[in-house]
Amino acid sequence: MKIINFLKSFLLLDFLKAFYLAQKYFFRKKATINYPFEKGKLSPRFRGEHALRRYPSGEERCIGCKLCEAVCPAQAITIETQPRDDGTRRTLRYDIDMVKCIYCGLCEESCPVDAIVQGPNFEFTTETRKELYYTKEKLLENGDRWETVIAENLEADAKYR
Amino acid sequence: MTAQLLTFYLFSGVILISSLMVISTKNPVHSVLFLILSFLNAAGLFVILHAEFLAMILIIVYVGAVAVLFLFVVMMLDFKTSINKDNILQFIPIGILIGVVFIAELIIVLINTKFDLSNIQVLPNPISDFTGKSNTEAIGSVLYTDYILYFQLSGVILLVAMIGSIVLTLREREGVKRQVVSEQLQRQGKIDLVDVKSGKGVDI
Amino acid sequence: MISLAQTYFIEVMTIILYCLLIFVPLLLGVVMALYADRKIWAAVQKRRGPNVVGPYGLFQVPADGLKFIFKEIILPDGSDKTVFLIAPIITLALSITAWAVVPVQAGVVLANINVGILYIFAISSLGVYGILMAGWSSNSKYPFFGALRSAAQMVSYEVSIGFVIITVLLCVGSLNLTEIVMAQKTMWFFIPLFPMFIVFFISALAETNRPPFDLPEAESELVAGYQTEYSGMPFVLFLFGEYINILLMCAMTTILFLGGWLPPIDIYPLNAVPGFVWFLLKVIFVFYLFAMVKAFVPRYRYDQLMRLGWKVFLPLSLFAVVATSSILFFFNLAPGM
Repeated sequence: MKIINFLKSFLLLDFLKAFYLAQKYFFRKKATINYPFEKGKLSPRFRGEHALRRYPSGEERCIGCKLCEAVCPAQAITIETQPRDDGTRRTLRYDIDMVKCIYCGLCEESCPVDAIVQGPNFEFTTETRKELYYTKEKLLENGDRWETVIAENLEADAKYR
Repeated sequence: MTAQLLTFYLFSGVILISSLMVISTKNPVHSVLFLILSFLNAAGLFVILHAEFLAMILIIVYVGAVAVLFLFVVMMLDFKTSINKDNILQFIPIGILIGVVFIAELIIVLINTKFDLSNIQVLPNPISDFTGKSNTEAIGSVLYTDYILYFQLSGVILLVAMIGSIVLTLREREGVKRQVVSEQLQRQGKIDLVDVKSGKGVDI
Repeated sequence: MISLAQTYFIEVMTIILYCLLIFVPLLLGVVMALYADRKIWAAVQKRRGPNVVGPYGLFQVPADGLKFIFKEIILPDGSDKTVFLIAPIITLALSITAWAVVPVQAGVVLANINVGILYIFAISSLGVYGILMAGWSSNSKYPFFGALRSAAQMVSYEVSIGFVIITVLLCVGSLNLTEIVMAQKTMWFFIPLFPMFIVFFISALAETNRPPFDLPEAESELVAGYQTEYSGMPFVLFLFGEYINILLMCAMTTILFLGGWLPPIDIYPLNAVPGFVWFLLKVIFVFYLFAMVKAFVPRYRYDQLMRLGWKVFLPLSLFAVVATSSILFFFNLAPGM
């Protein structure tokens, strides 16, 4: 037994085995994807960049109930409201500080009208912090841009709610 | 010839300057680095003399091994506190004394030769013929024939020095557990590697 | 002086031209080696490696180089600034100097000196100074520890490399690198001296601070070892010096054990290929081994590293020297006898 062990270590058998294994993995299919050109699949529940949605009529959904502002653990949301001419309450300001946001998804959960949602976009890096302070216009624009995907995701997730 | 002369002056000039720096810089690490520089240039002088083997051995042994250990030790010293102006001044008398002795010896030698260098007795060249031999071969053929005794003796002296330093520093301490790698590698039966089938589990 | 300048001007110019002939392919080789290193490491881990800059990511290394050039050279406060800046220059200069005697083909060598192998050995033993100076002059704990580790490691493994070289020299009877290659015409030395080939390869890994012996820059313990305080161009000089040294060790393995520029079998289609192609292929193969070892062997502990160097390799290589010389003597195989 001792001799066999000696021969094993002397002939570097473990080393050769490891080499063989590494060589095997060398030709395996890559586990990583070619990221900027290929992207992984995202769950419908993925919590990415925020967006404010509109009704199909073009009317914005948000009614300024401030539930999201209240529930936000990072206090990233700032809302100011004012009654509009037709008597409905709408937001004057709807700001999210994306630097503060922890992407917990509570705003989305608390929203009674599905107005604020977190879309599937996660590539919104900017060069300055200022640009990460999202205003209402930016959020509505996001909503318009991602509406189809957001609607699909909400529908896919609806049966589990 | 001029190029050879130029390189000679370059090497020897650098040797002189760097040897001066060895004793004059305040930072011991710098002086070791200058010492290494002068070693390297001495190797360069050997190359000019077509003694490449000696040059390479000088670099390998002195620069590559001995000076590394020097540097190693000197780097560990906290030299910022140990250097003091007054301390240096107190060594000046001894330095002057040694310098005077050296100069006196040189003068005695020169007087004995009556300032004619051709009067210096040179040992008859004990090596028969070097033509057609590289200097490595020449050194080997002399070192392992005529001078084998001295060569072996110096080897034995080095061995004694090595054993002596090991004996001086070696101490057996109680209760020290050492790693025995071969025992660890040969351990059998204490660990079982089992290929566990999914959903089956293993008996413990 | 004018006549002197006239006499030596052309000579100096040709020498500079030869130096460029060594230097430019070497830099290209380093760029390719850096790229290959990252690609191979990535492939073993099922990753892709650099693949965005240029075709297949080939321009990643030049892009990194550009980035480094434009970075600020930070001189740490309290560092020994002269030594700090000289250290990377020494590392790079030494690693390039060693290539002067490497023959890539029969007769194609910058300086065909008689003690070529000793020259390379001497230069590579000097390589430790760049690291020691860098570690000491940074005036910081991590670099200093990295330098101390590296110095001890390189000095220890140089001993066994020296003995391995001696065994090869016993079979050749010359210190000239070209003759070492020519002596392998009948049989490459890695067949009769296989254990020494293994010892040399592993010692070469330790000598160049490659994984699994990259303790001087073990990032989990010492941040980046002796390179911690370096940035910008000095860092690039270190990086290049390190990779040129790795390539040198690959070339040395090729010359000492894999028959240099000789084809595997001396038959028609193989020996019609120019020698430097074989040399290049073999160097690439050894570098591939270097890169693969980095990918699958875990890092050694420092005391185990020292144990391997002094208690395993040194006795083994010493024994090999004695055994080789006695075999050569008894069977009258020794060259020049």
